[in-house]
Amino acid sequence: MSNPFQVQVAERTASTAAIRLEAKDVSIFYGDKEAVKKVGVSFRSNTVNALIGPSGCGKTTFLRAINRMHDLTPGARVTGQLMLDGINLYGSDVDPVDVRRRIGMVFQKPNPFPTMSIYDNVAAGLKLAGETNKSKLDGVVEKSLRGAALWEEVKDRLKAPGASLSGGQQQRLCIARALSVDPEILLMDEPTSALDPQSTARIEDLMESLKEQVTIVIVTHNMQQASRVSDTTSFFLLGDLIEHSPTAQMFTNPKDQRTEAYISGKFG
Amino acid sequence: MTNAQENTAVQAKTFTRTVSSARQFQNAFVGGLIALGTGIVLIPLFLIVGQVIFNGISAISVDFFVQTERQMSAITGGGGVLNAIVGTIIMVGLALVMGLLIGIGTGIFLAEFSEHPLVPLIRVMSDVLTGIPAIVVGLVVYGLLIATKLTGYSAIAGGVALGLIMIPIIVRATEEVLKLVPTNIREAGLALGLPRWKVTLSIVLPAASSGIITGAILGVSRVSGEAAPLLFTSLGNPDLVWNILQPMGAMPLSVYNLAFKALTPAQNAQAWAGALVLMLFILMTNIAARTLSKRR
Ligand SMILES: Nc1ncnc2c1ncn2[C@@H]1O[C@H](COP(=O)(O)OP(=O)(O)OP(=O)(O)O)[C@@H](O)[C@H]1O
Ligand SMILES: [Mg+2]
Repeated sequence: MSNPFQVQVAERTASTAAIRLEAKDVSIFYGDKEAVKKVGVSFRSNTVNALIGPSGCGKTTFLRAINRMHDLTPGARVTGQLMLDGINLYGSDVDPVDVRRRIGMVFQKPNPFPTMSIYDNVAAGLKLAGETNKSKLDGVVEKSLRGAALWEEVKDRLKAPGASLSGGQQQRLCIARALSVDPEILLMDEPTSALDPQSTARIEDLMESLKEQVTIVIVTHNMQQASRVSDTTSFFLLGDLIEHSPTAQMFTNPKDQRTEAYISGKFG
Repeated sequence: MTNAQENTAVQAKTFTRTVSSARQFQNAFVGGLIALGTGIVLIPLFLIVGQVIFNGISAISVDFFVQTERQMSAITGGGGVLNAIVGTIIMVGLALVMGLLIGIGTGIFLAEFSEHPLVPLIRVMSDVLTGIPAIVVGLVVYGLLIATKLTGYSAIAGGVALGLIMIPIIVRATEEVLKLVPTNIREAGLALGLPRWKVTLSIVLPAASSGIITGAILGVSRVSGEAAPLLFTSLGNPDLVWNILQPMGAMPLSVYNLAFKALTPAQNAQAWAGALVLMLFILMTNIAARTLSKRR
């Protein structure tokens, strides 16, 4: 690889676009345990932003705060401010349902709707929001499945149960489901950890093309992936955000020695 | 293989061999105990079923299913329990509607909104309702509907009494299967920007449906055999009626009445035959419940 960190790509997008998402002093507690500590970070419009760090450092916890997924976890509490286009998502007048309508999520473990067919899994978001136009639904289902690199494998058995797919296929089904409702922000928690290299490459291509409309935050344990797809990278350690930099810079010239130790494989 | 590995392998073999004869004995012994226990449980079951079939089979005929108790006669024989079969189906149906509506609703509330302050209270109330004797439920419904002249002795009152018995069964089944639905399914729905009630009704509930159906069928088989709650509510009726505002017969009531009023051996057999039909009905609903829950 002559240019493993895609320096130009990172610089092209990371510095010019407007700030879309911004965390100010965000702390997240499970009971008394502070799993994420006073994190401040901002993500610009139409970028891919990687969250990296050792297992248990709070990446998932932080990601779930962005679409208010912690609201339903008993004992979980978010303090500080999370702003989308300057509006605090935790403001008293903000409806968490609206937040999630705009901020989609792909979870760490595949979680297709168990009773639904492949088709219905992808169409559910629109159908349950009241969309009844069959041809529109068909179109969205195909487009989303193509986007998630699953269409060719399932186009002949859209009526089969979603749960009948393999683990990796289920994860792509969940990606398609998240795409179907056209989110503005897409949160992806290790979306390719269960996928083979080919599907992984397709998903990475997808992120690249989705960037035109969407801002992506992706958790990954795969350093190569972070360097391939992301414009910025944030390194978490034990709940602290240690470093947030343009990806190219983070991987070539990290500011913090703990970052350097982690990305060079010395721990984690 | 190195020598050392070979040695351990040989040792392991002899070791398993010595243990296995002791283990075989233990296996046989425990197996025998289990068979014996099973036999002891099955004996009363076969005694009951055998006696009901033995005494009732002679009265089973087409007439028994298409004629009513009114047509029974000590002198000429004949008559049947159509009035009771229809009555049981109608009243259990009413109870099922009531049990499903209130039971599923309450079960959803207990399982999905468990942070609500009323949840512990409602759970206790539901458990207490399970323990109230059926005859008391009948009396309460008499007090609430009939003594107050809201209805007369009627199928609707009987259905309400049976429904009250069915509700906690369905509440419990609903709550338990909903809790088995993984949280990440709910999160997936919420992450699509769907409101919580929609996620609950359209995604979580269908995932739990076969468990709820099983609970409902078990509820049906439980209340179909109840005579006590009907004694002061639906009262019983030897004629075939469809109007739910009128007194109505039911299988357990017929068994009770026929057994008491039997004047001839033939009528006695009819009482047993009533019990047989009731038993088969309950057996069938139970089998249906099990097949459904197995298919899951
Ligand atoms: N529901 C919960 N209740 C209590 N503690 C939790 C909960 N979820 C996570 N934690 C704790 O919070 C910390 C951060 O967890 P989190 O899942 O965010 O880590 P992560 O960085 O995503 O790890 P991984 O890479 O393994 O997915 C961990 O110590 C974890 O044990
Ligand atoms: Mg995680």
